[in-house]
Amino acid sequence: MKDIVDAFPFIADHVSLLLGKAGAQLAVAAMAMAVALAVAVPLGVWLGHVHRGSFLAINVSNVGRALPSLAIIAILIAPLGLGRSTLIIALVVLAVPPILTNAYTAVDGVDRDVVDAARGMGMRERDVLLRAELPLALPLLFAAIRTAAVYVVATVPLGALVGTEGGLGDIIVDQASYRLPGVLGAALCVAVLALGVDALFAGLQRLVTPRGLRARIDYAAVQTEASATVPRPAY
Amino acid sequence: MILAQASQPVIPNFGAGSSCERQNGAFCWSWVRDNWSDVLWPALREHVILTLLAVVIGFAIAFALALAAHRRGWVERPVTITTGVLYTIPSLALFQLLVPFTKLTTLTAEIALVSYTLLIIFRNTLAGLRGVPDDVRESARGMGLSRGQLLWRVELPLALPSIVAGVRIATVTVISLATVAAFVVNKGLGAPIFDAIQRSVFKTELFAAGGLAVALALAADALLVLAQRAATPWARAGRRT
Repeated sequence: MKDIVDAFPFIADHVSLLLGKAGAQLAVAAMAMAVALAVAVPLGVWLGHVHRGSFLAINVSNVGRALPSLAIIAILIAPLGLGRSTLIIALVVLAVPPILTNAYTAVDGVDRDVVDAARGMGMRERDVLLRAELPLALPLLFAAIRTAAVYVVATVPLGALVGTEGGLGDIIVDQASYRLPGVLGAALCVAVLALGVDALFAGLQRLVTPRGLRARIDYAAVQTEASATVPRPAY
Repeated sequence: MILAQASQPVIPNFGAGSSCERQNGAFCWSWVRDNWSDVLWPALREHVILTLLAVVIGFAIAFALALAAHRRGWVERPVTITTGVLYTIPSLALFQLLVPFTKLTTLTAEIALVSYTLLIIFRNTLAGLRGVPDDVRESARGMGLSRGQLLWRVELPLALPSIVAGVRIATVTVISLATVAAFVVNKGLGAPIFDAIQRSVFKTELFAAGGLAVALALAADALLVLAQRAATPWARAGRRT
């Protein structure tokens, strides 16, 4: 119990260390998210637009959700070696499925009447996608991005367990240097960081929602609904 | 043999195994064979026990909470918020934060693992119960079912697919996190993974333990899909027409 209390002075005394580690953690997470988004969003949106590949798009997340994160990191370390790039590749593997599936579900689920109306107004295929389908799909798509972002940020510390850079995880696994209060302080910071990223993306989700839809959307419910199709994988 | 080995260039020592193992080859069946009964099988068994225990306890708690929330609506919000926060705390942090209270014990691992099952099972059970059409509920009442009978004989069977779906996600979640639990208790498939890292990244052990964890998760997932089908024969019967 005393160690928990001592964690707070540790945090106060090591602000720059903790901020540095948190920054490193966010940097690794951001790189993985950038790659995952670049892969999953265009593919999922396109599949949803042409209403094809539902089997692939849905099942990739069923399998992806089951993948144990540490096991994936371990399996990738064997051929790729210890290193930041191995961790990032593992994170991409874990983040792509939920984003891909929700991107597909979001675009595929846009009201067909709306799409027909857009076509009837003379919109070209590109405009149908960019000006009708995407804006309506954004809340759900963003729910998936939020899910994946929290997942990735929370998984980076596992890197420290296997000897690569793990942001705040570096402190959590190094009780010899930082003592238990330090370890607990870093654990608290990881928890706050994950909750903070979740809150940040909840805000972004609100911002990207077209104004006309805002009043009708319960953001907690959107998150729940998205998670019902693609529940957040475990970290 | 020993002399010949000594005169070789410096190769990290991966124990007295086959040449594949000494050279840290990509995957050495000989190591798997030699260590199955002492390392891999016990780790797999521990992993399954850790998972089963967490899912059973988590289900009992979350199911009770869902029934309470089904009867009294106000229960839902506080439970969702609490379990949602628990769910968002990264596993490594939660395991570590519990250590001062419960030390490096299986209990620490189990508390954390159980806490990750709650949100999913609670939400899915409640969604399943609320998804029962009002017409069905009214006809059941009209047939003279009491509130308890309505719950156990009408609402819960209809909610079963959603409940099993929740258990399915919770199970693969726990299998994943139980690997991390080896950080606080030297048990489960995470233990050989950490062992492999310490032995200058012994590839065979990483592949074997990681592969077993993935296989276990996929097998559990598939098994629960089958269980869900078996538990809801009427769902298929309706589709056949």
